[in-house]
Amino acid sequence: MGGSVTTVVVGAGHAGLAASHFLRERGVDHVVLERGLVANSWRTERWDSLRLLTPNWLSRLPGQDYDGDDPDGYMTMAEVVAFIERFAAGAPVRTGVNVTSVRRTGEGFAVGDLRCRSVVIASGACNVPVVPGFGDLGVHQVTPFDYHNPDKLPDGGVLVVGASATGVQLAAELRASGRHVVLSVGEHTRMPRRHRGRDVLWWMHETGLWAQRYDEVDDLDRARRLPSPQLAGGADVDLNTLTGAGVELVGRLAAVRDGVALFSGGLRNVCSLADLKANRMLAGFDEWAGLADRVVLPPTRVPEKPRLRIDLGSGEISTIVWATGFRPDYSWLDLPVLDDKGRLRHDGGVTGIPGLYALGLPVLRRRRSTFLHGIEDDARYVVDHLIRTLRGTFDQSVSEAR
Amino acid sequence: MTVTDNGVNVQALLDAREALKGAPEAAQFTWRATAKWDKGVHSTTTIENFYGLGAEQSHKARTEFAADHPEVFAAEDNGITPIEYLLVGLASCLTAGVASVAQNRGVQLRSVTAVVEGNHDIRGILGDPDVRNGYNDIKVTFDIDADASKEDIEAIVAQSQKRSAVFDALTNPTDVTVQVA
Repeated sequence: MGGSVTTVVVGAGHAGLAASHFLRERGVDHVVLERGLVANSWRTERWDSLRLLTPNWLSRLPGQDYDGDDPDGYMTMAEVVAFIERFAAGAPVRTGVNVTSVRRTGEGFAVGDLRCRSVVIASGACNVPVVPGFGDLGVHQVTPFDYHNPDKLPDGGVLVVGASATGVQLAAELRASGRHVVLSVGEHTRMPRRHRGRDVLWWMHETGLWAQRYDEVDDLDRARRLPSPQLAGGADVDLNTLTGAGVELVGRLAAVRDGVALFSGGLRNVCSLADLKANRMLAGFDEWAGLADRVVLPPTRVPEKPRLRIDLGSGEISTIVWATGFRPDYSWLDLPVLDDKGRLRHDGGVTGIPGLYALGLPVLRRRRSTFLHGIEDDARYVVDHLIRTLRGTFDQSVSEAR
Repeated sequence: MTVTDNGVNVQALLDAREALKGAPEAAQFTWRATAKWDKGVHSTTTIENFYGLGAEQSHKARTEFAADHPEVFAAEDNGITPIEYLLVGLASCLTAGVASVAQNRGVQLRSVTAVVEGNHDIRGILGDPDVRNGYNDIKVTFDIDADASKEDIEAIVAQSQKRSAVFDALTNPTDVTVQVA
């Protein structure tokens, strides 16, 4: 590749392209490097039935609103890809370029052998499924990256581990396909699709909760680690609807011992915590709306005697679906910006290394940071900071030359 | 304005959390108990020292705990049943958690009572292979008088479970090694 450019953006998803949008607007010479195609993870790392959690009317990117005929609908993955492809028009994207190293140089950075003054990391928050290492369990194991639809799994019962958006959606779909499904539930975020007839994201948006800044969040560490809410793009899906459909709830998968999966006895408490938090959120919406009466969610129905163990050799379970979260991959980043847990250290997208930025991470600058419509403010801020830093460097070099 | 005082030094705990972020090795504690057989199923367990913050530590005083079986088990009842000690641990841990969380949330407690019941089918320990040895289930009922709504009290109790060492130890499997020295 070689050569030099002012700014390199790593990743041509919505975040990297939003950075490019503002870099172009401000006339900064840059390239967007993409390992696959534009919107690559939306194309290749999602299951078939997935829809965006955000309603269409709220799905927007800088300078590009939804203009289809179903504002209250939720985009399919093909529609998301098309939406992002449209947004990529005019962006200097180089596809099929896998960034394998980013190093510091005297002047700035070397991304592979491409020299630049600044780098925007927009490579995604969900590059690697996080799977507890239990090894070979004698059953088929899949992550959400390998899962496409129920027909692709071997016949038999399924243990879905994790009750975030992914876990509840996959449990619902697997159960609807006629399978025996057990859902292992740890700490989770309960969120009704609608509240008082309006989409919950309408409430998030209108009340300003979604726009809450990272430096106003009480416990930022926790907010950034929060499991995705139990939402689907469309139908209601929570633990009660799953129980109603015949999914069996068990506690968090704590260990596998001698081929037996052992579940925590703390299921009731994680459900209480989630119910309390969800009701507190709804009460906040109602207070904002000046409504004195309360709409309280029905308590999560926990089985009388949740099972504490399932023998994985008994034939009851043929597949485990690990819906246990994702993490970013920074193995290509040769810079001292990761904390002791491997997370990127940054202050609202600005890292400690001048010229190095991040976009598209949970609660990067606002609660909505990882949602399509959340990228605009973040990208504008980061690009503005990037340009001010470049100017500072330029001014300095000019004065040194004198 | 009245100041919440449940007698918990929350600031010290929050400071410790911050300090240990940079020194995870100091956070490694080892708790120890030594049991001596007396006679029959009666034993006396002594607790005095533990390890933590990178050094040997001692309690202010040594404490002895007598364990035995009740007379309905044809024993002398010199102390409580070992499995009842689990209830002691759970009740005291959750109660400590309630006080700490309430303090942190500015909730003044007036009284806290926890009634803990563990249901136990003793056929397991008598050798029935189809019955587990330990508790089938445990129920904790808190009665709390505090300056807070019912919902806030429920949230404090839930948070107390979330941060409880004994609740975790009882609800999740723990790898246990038993050996002969």
